[in-house]
Amino acid sequence: MTPSTIDIAPTREDHRIARLAALAIALSLMEAVIPSPLPGVKPGIANIVTLVVLKRFGFGDAVWVSLLRVVAGSLMLGSFLSPSFALSLSGAIASLAALRLALLLPASRFGAVSLSIIAAFAHIAGQLAVVRLWLIPHDGLLYLVPAFAAAALLFGTVNGLIAARLLGAPSSVRP
Amino acid sequence: MNALRLVKSGDWLVFAAGLLAVSWLAGQFWHRGGAADRVVIRSGGKVFAELTLSGRQTVTVPGPLGQTLVEIDQRRARVAKDPSPRQYCVQQGWLSRAGEAAICLPNQVSIELAGADKLYDSLNY
Repeated sequence: MTPSTIDIAPTREDHRIARLAALAIALSLMEAVIPSPLPGVKPGIANIVTLVVLKRFGFGDAVWVSLLRVVAGSLMLGSFLSPSFALSLSGAIASLAALRLALLLPASRFGAVSLSIIAAFAHIAGQLAVVRLWLIPHDGLLYLVPAFAAAALLFGTVNGLIAARLLGAPSSVRP
Repeated sequence: MNALRLVKSGDWLVFAAGLLAVSWLAGQFWHRGGAADRVVIRSGGKVFAELTLSGRQTVTVPGPLGQTLVEIDQRRARVAKDPSPRQYCVQQGWLSRAGEAAICLPNQVSIELAGADKLYDSLNY
């Protein structure tokens, strides 16, 4: 094999982020085959990874893992730069912004469940903003908002509980 | 219980706020325009009368075939009697939500409920 002319030495952090992002990508690929009654209502199990990374390794790592998951996941599903890619990107950016603000809450009282619910609401709000402004510029869309919000609350709570459970367990990922 | 130990006190607060947000959104977007406050009666394409739904009254509207009787009761309205052969507008029964309408085509009479804001009668994308 020809030796590579460029030499990038990945750090331990790079390896960790790559491993966690791969886990998140695998989860979002698995989720893509689950049928949904309403387009856009998905459990968002890949966000469990984002939450655990956020709590264990900090906000910077969570941003990397989340955005890598969106980009690489869409490449694998063949939706890169399509409307559904725009939706998952806007949802990811909105929920990361909300998570950054939610980190200001005292961690002694607000656990992973709080972060998950807040992120889920921000996720659907970011997506709906893009849908309303760009994809379906019609107020008829607002009729679906309560259903989306209820799904966000449900899946946000469940994902938060799973993340809290994982955070309570001994770490299997070397920091 | 084990599952409850994962939930911190603030988490309940956030969950409750989420429930509140969902029910507020449902109230905002699902029950809008439900309440009608007046009925618009048209005859031959022109507005014959615009009446509030409060109180009880019957209105007789003349048309080419005869008299159509419109009844208002308990914030609802209906066509009680009509000379049209198929009686479609009578069979529609009581109308109570804004945007609902009953049309007696042969006698050229229609009633339509109106509320604070007009609802769509159809949507397309």
